[in-house]
Amino acid sequence: MTDDRRPATAPRLEPTLAELHRPGRIATSLPDAPPADLRPPASLTRTDLPLPELSQLDVVRHYTRLSQLNWSIDTHMYPLGSCTMKLNPKVDDLAASLPGFAEAHPMQPAEQVPGALALMYELQRTLAEISGLDDASLAPLAGAQGELAGVLVIKAYLESIGERRTTIVVPDSAHGTNPATASMAGFDVVAVKPQPDGDMDLEELRKALEEHGPTVAALMITQPSTLGLFDRNILQISEMVHAHGALMYGDGANLNAIAGQVKPGDLGFDVLHINLHKTFSQPHGGGGPGAGPIAVRAFLAPFLPSPHVVLNGDSSGGASAPRDAAEAGSSMLEAGRDTRSSVQHPASTFALIDPPRSIGRLGAHAGNFGVLVRAYAYIRALGPDGVRAMSEAAVLNANYVQARLREAYELPHDRICMHETLFSARRQKARNNIKALDIAKRLIDYGFHPPTMYFPLVVEEALLVEPTESESKETLDAFCDAMLAIAAECDSDPDLVRGAPHGAPLRRLDEATAARKPKLRW
Amino acid sequence: MIETEPAPSMSDHPPIGDDALHPYIPLTPDDRAAMLATIGVADTDALFADIPAHLRNPDLDLPPALPEPALVAHMRALAAANVTAETHACFLGAGAYRHYRPALVDPLVMRGEYLTSYTPYQPEVSQGTLQTIFEFQSLVCALTGMDVANAGMYDGATALAEACLMACAVTGRRRIAISDRVHPHWIAVVRNYAHGRDIAVDVQPHAEFAVTAEHACLAVQQPDFLGRVSTSAQSWADAAHDAGALFVAAADPVSLGLYRPPSDYGADIVVGEGQSLGVPLSFGGPYVGLFACRDKYIRQMPGRIVGETTDLDGRRGYVLTLQTREQHIRRERATSNICTSQQLIALSTAVYLAALGPHGLRRVAELSYARAHDLARRIASIPGYTVEDDEPWFCEFVVRTPRPVDEINRALLEHNIIGGLDVSDVRNRMLLCATEMNSDDELDRLVGALSEVEASR
Repeated sequence: MTDDRRPATAPRLEPTLAELHRPGRIATSLPDAPPADLRPPASLTRTDLPLPELSQLDVVRHYTRLSQLNWSIDTHMYPLGSCTMKLNPKVDDLAASLPGFAEAHPMQPAEQVPGALALMYELQRTLAEISGLDDASLAPLAGAQGELAGVLVIKAYLESIGERRTTIVVPDSAHGTNPATASMAGFDVVAVKPQPDGDMDLEELRKALEEHGPTVAALMITQPSTLGLFDRNILQISEMVHAHGALMYGDGANLNAIAGQVKPGDLGFDVLHINLHKTFSQPHGGGGPGAGPIAVRAFLAPFLPSPHVVLNGDSSGGASAPRDAAEAGSSMLEAGRDTRSSVQHPASTFALIDPPRSIGRLGAHAGNFGVLVRAYAYIRALGPDGVRAMSEAAVLNANYVQARLREAYELPHDRICMHETLFSARRQKARNNIKALDIAKRLIDYGFHPPTMYFPLVVEEALLVEPTESESKETLDAFCDAMLAIAAECDSDPDLVRGAPHGAPLRRLDEATAARKPKLRW
Repeated sequence: MIETEPAPSMSDHPPIGDDALHPYIPLTPDDRAAMLATIGVADTDALFADIPAHLRNPDLDLPPALPEPALVAHMRALAAANVTAETHACFLGAGAYRHYRPALVDPLVMRGEYLTSYTPYQPEVSQGTLQTIFEFQSLVCALTGMDVANAGMYDGATALAEACLMACAVTGRRRIAISDRVHPHWIAVVRNYAHGRDIAVDVQPHAEFAVTAEHACLAVQQPDFLGRVSTSAQSWADAAHDAGALFVAAADPVSLGLYRPPSDYGADIVVGEGQSLGVPLSFGGPYVGLFACRDKYIRQMPGRIVGETTDLDGRRGYVLTLQTREQHIRRERATSNICTSQQLIALSTAVYLAALGPHGLRRVAELSYARAHDLARRIASIPGYTVEDDEPWFCEFVVRTPRPVDEINRALLEHNIIGGLDVSDVRNRMLLCATEMNSDDELDRLVGALSEVEASR
């Protein structure tokens, strides 16, 4: 599939901004310079500012061309396991860009931004409801920061009851952020292995709890697990952990499988972080922004991060409130609200407060607000039945892929999966010396973004496929056909697979040299 | 290569008005039936059999689905309830600044190929994101004068916190010195991150810093929380270095269009809030933290880093690199737990800088400086108001007001003006900000309204 018309020695796909630089160009016109008496003293100012100078067309073409070198959900199926690359509705972008949101200043008094706070309040309530927990904080700026916040909440709670617990138990199939977070929060990490069927090994857990007993602060697990499986022992696990006086921390990275099907709080979780850029469709942006709200049980709510949105019963607190606007914010929420919802806030105002025993701030302001707007709009477009339909279709799609590929690729855990299905390329490696990486790269030639590779670490040659509910049966079939064709190629033409991709903008890149001799800027 | 079934014809569709349709979920009843048959189960309930049956299908107390037109109307109504810089003249700064966002920025940044791609783990099909990160790193280096930069942090405050933790890792010390003139919210974040690792934080009075051999760093902000730009920064750097500590400087990137970069006065790590580079205020986020340091500390730097390399044919390309610092490899020994960050906002700031170039950024900084100084001069001439002007400042300044700040702000709101932040101590003090976005007319209105407040006593 190599494009033979391409010069073999073409040095670059697109010049850098620095290579496009020509002194004397500018891409935006601005007002004239101010008079000399309104300029700072020369002793403080810089004389050089080595930024590139470009024309407007240079800038537009540069970024348009670079975008065309990217694959994305908008252009390709992107079945990255544990990343939930689903449809990102454009109406959510529209909502986040409304001037009433985009031009609100974070240091404005609460009374001036009732619409923003009403949205946040409702999203807190919604996430707590889906989690089966009592309250939620929107402050964490990403999933990993949500983890940190959740673990710090646990730490603060334990300190408040005079318990000194210094250990967090993490399965070794966990996301790398889990142990990194535990360590950032000052905890020691104890890892436990899963049993062969993928569920947690209760005997291992019992041993870990007995060995570290009174020092265990929490068990940190992902449910469904990173193996794409719902741990069938979850209720026993919760009971064992709670019996040791420790808490259950849930990594909600895989919430897309169970939202509306079961509430994590009902499974025994005390804290859950939720990646809005996964389950709730915030576009991933090539690496963020996301948001990682945490939901907690009532006894942990006093420790939630600052600030937190609350509803004031009276509206007299906001002396400088534009009253009609405040009322508009709360009454707007009620418009379209299900009558089953009992929360009514007539003539009330929302406030940003520091919870009484808050762990403190996670960022300069109240969270990644634009992300919260998109997630709120996404959930409102689905409603309760849509949330259930979402997770149901996600699980159906994953099991369909598993069923179609089970003969061609080894299933380390041969059982019904949740929203993602985990294969191993162990067989291809043993027979043809073809690795998971090769299969992933070959998929690019078929027009599919590769699945997650080599994660979770506990499975050799892992390929973790998460199709999401957004993909149609035709797309799933085309993906499965490609995977089957590649499995056949592993026998018929292994070099073709090992040399892939052949049709992408670039062939495989030399990552070793990049790390050995870092060139990190022009 | 792949045989596909013929597409159904347009005449083959279910009756119009089927309530089961949802635009986000494409499976049809026929699809479902075929898929369940392939899987070999009777219904989707069988796929959820691992979940304890008595906990399945809980009641979900959420409002019902809104069709798209109603959703848009609902979102517009919520948005319209807010007083904003769009509806009112805004003189608030304090860490979030309104600057002109060139028209080309949004259409480029919002291209689906950037917006809906994941972290670039597959470089062959992610060169767009990877090259823009490499360029972002280069632009941050150019602005700050530092050797290397990462792909961005959550915001300026967390960038500062991570810089302080990094200084602890570099020096092996467990105490942080930070200036009391740093934004109080940023100090709160530093405290929070430090508390997790049982690291002590000493908030020290400005210009009376006492950096000792126990301190990993001295952290300052320039311009500081109240907008002031000090001429003594080099002496602080010397004090930190004499004690074997690193000097960490937080700097507003627009101010760096005008002022000497922190590399000039001895910074080892430079952080900043990227929002001022044309990112919408958006009630506090998403923003992006800038993070740059000296070469020798690369391997302690948190966050993602992109490096240049070549492909098998020798063509230039970019990859995520130095990943052994990161959580997905090193797990509990990682430099930070940071994973998903703020890439799209980093891209937005890079497009902004490309659109402005050095002359444009300089102009934005000069105009902001001039607007704010013109405003200060005019306010200083109103009886009852005093501008604190004993130190140089950039585009924010403190005004001592004749009446409590919240009272004044209430009066200003009636004139469709969002006033400054209340920073009163024993005196009534207001922190006001002006940028190139504040028109002459807005300045006139603010000065007029402040005069009226005083006259109405």
